[in-house]
Amino acid sequence: MSQPESAVADAQAGGRAGESLAELAARHGLRRAIARPSMPAYLRQLWERRHFILTYATSRNVSKYSESALGQLWQVLTPLLNAAVYWLMFGVILAQSKKIDNYPAFLITGVMVFTFTQRTVTGGSKSISSNLSLIRALHFPRAALPLAYAIQELQLLGWSMGVLFVLVLITGVHITWLWLLVPVTLVLQLVFNVGASLFMARIGAFVRDMNQLLPFVLRTWLYASGVFYDISDKTKGLPAALRWALEFNPAAAYIKFMRDVLIYGHLPERWVWATCIFWAVFALIVGFWYFWRAEERYGRG
Amino acid sequence: MAELIEELSQVSLDESQEAPQEVATKAPEEYGTPTVIVDDLHIVYKVYGAATEAEKGNAANALMRIVRRQGRPQMKEVHAVRGVTFVAHHGEAIGIIGRNGSGKSTLLRAIAGLLPPHKGAVYTDGQPSLLGVNAALMKELTGERNIVLGCYAMGMSPAEVEQRYEEIVDFSGIGEFVQFPMSTYSSGMGARLRFAISSAKTHNVLLIDEALATGDRDFKRKSQERIMQMRDAAGTVFLVAHNLDVIEETCNRVIWLHKGKIKMEGEPGEVLEAYNKA
Repeated sequence: MSQPESAVADAQAGGRAGESLAELAARHGLRRAIARPSMPAYLRQLWERRHFILTYATSRNVSKYSESALGQLWQVLTPLLNAAVYWLMFGVILAQSKKIDNYPAFLITGVMVFTFTQRTVTGGSKSISSNLSLIRALHFPRAALPLAYAIQELQLLGWSMGVLFVLVLITGVHITWLWLLVPVTLVLQLVFNVGASLFMARIGAFVRDMNQLLPFVLRTWLYASGVFYDISDKTKGLPAALRWALEFNPAAAYIKFMRDVLIYGHLPERWVWATCIFWAVFALIVGFWYFWRAEERYGRG
Repeated sequence: MAELIEELSQVSLDESQEAPQEVATKAPEEYGTPTVIVDDLHIVYKVYGAATEAEKGNAANALMRIVRRQGRPQMKEVHAVRGVTFVAHHGEAIGIIGRNGSGKSTLLRAIAGLLPPHKGAVYTDGQPSLLGVNAALMKELTGERNIVLGCYAMGMSPAEVEQRYEEIVDFSGIGEFVQFPMSTYSSGMGARLRFAISSAKTHNVLLIDEALATGDRDFKRKSQERIMQMRDAAGTVFLVAHNLDVIEETCNRVIWLHKGKIKMEGEPGEVLEAYNKA
């Protein structure tokens, strides 16, 4: 199957008869072309590629809407329309609004916060499988792709947040000093999103059917995260363990944090802080480690 | 899936018994230290959606396959490179020839470290680079943005991008079209810009896939010159091409791949003659 004569001839050309090619490689300081770098080296490579990550994210956003007549205006229109649809559905038709103070603001905040995570995770799970040609053509730490997708969503989030602030103000909420905490929760959520999408990127790269299944998983998550209702109100009759599990849900925690500071004007309780920070740290470490473990295999598809 | 691999390796075993290989034993002593060592390399990759009409069937068949724990017929494993071994040295330009589907491009990608080996190994000095950034570019964006994006994708720093930008625009010769989206370019213009971007970086070990030198005659000559320059600057060059004249002019050694294995290896004149007869 191999070409033993040629191998021997080449090894002899290298100087020593009977030497294996691996030994020849070692003697000349050659390394395996495909090897997973150590974690610190990987992080350094990723940092060196920060310009690529940023440019790739921006370029994707620009090209995404370049075909439509309204162009970049869709970055604002999309979140607005999303909020309008949910408000019509749950605020008007299903009339949830009577039980909750300022339901429009409650609902829109929930939708915007959840959409950020939902879109980042969806993008992340496709980031490797839909960029195989790029992976098979150029060298770069593969984590750059899920990261670029996360940055892309972060850029869109800027517009969503602008829309959210305006809508919340229209519903009669006053600006407080607590609004300064909004970036804090968004950073925590971003870190969680990055971790989750790195995790999903590896799964999506090797389990092709994941991209078909993911929308259903995410929709279930949406309904379980208290976007349309108040979790603590709905779960009063449930056993403590189940209640705790629902409240410990990362999406629910980020939504609750945002509602507390933005609409209700009080500091989030300590367990909300703890949950938000825990999920950010946990997801980033696990997601990054899990993604890095398969670094050298992503090209195979 | 396991059966499929077994079957494939069976096939390749049979073939290797039938076809005694002609191997050039002339060692390239005149060249420097080894830069790329390919040691009994096998590459297997998965292809999706490769089912024939008869195999596709309906949903009920699909369900039965899951029940019987059979793999999806749409997914095939392709054993593209089947045990290739050679050593490349500093200062060499190696041409790789072979029919369509003989594993040339796959071998190149494996040397670049972009496809993981199924078996065997590739040892390299530094990072071999494949010449080509097509996959990173977006046709909806302007040429300007694509130049920046492509340069970053190849790992340049902002300072390098700034320094190279003018040169890339000049070399591509697309002029004011650089302000327009790439989707509005003619195919020749697109090819010129892509070549200009991908050849803007200097490499230690350079891998060139065919069909890079496209465009009008003028540009063909320009790009040929650029490839020669890069060959002189790089330590080792691998060139895949169907145009045998280019190989004969550029390379000092030729590897002939046939069905994923080396059929012949040696002096360009010798190998090309045998290849033309076959």
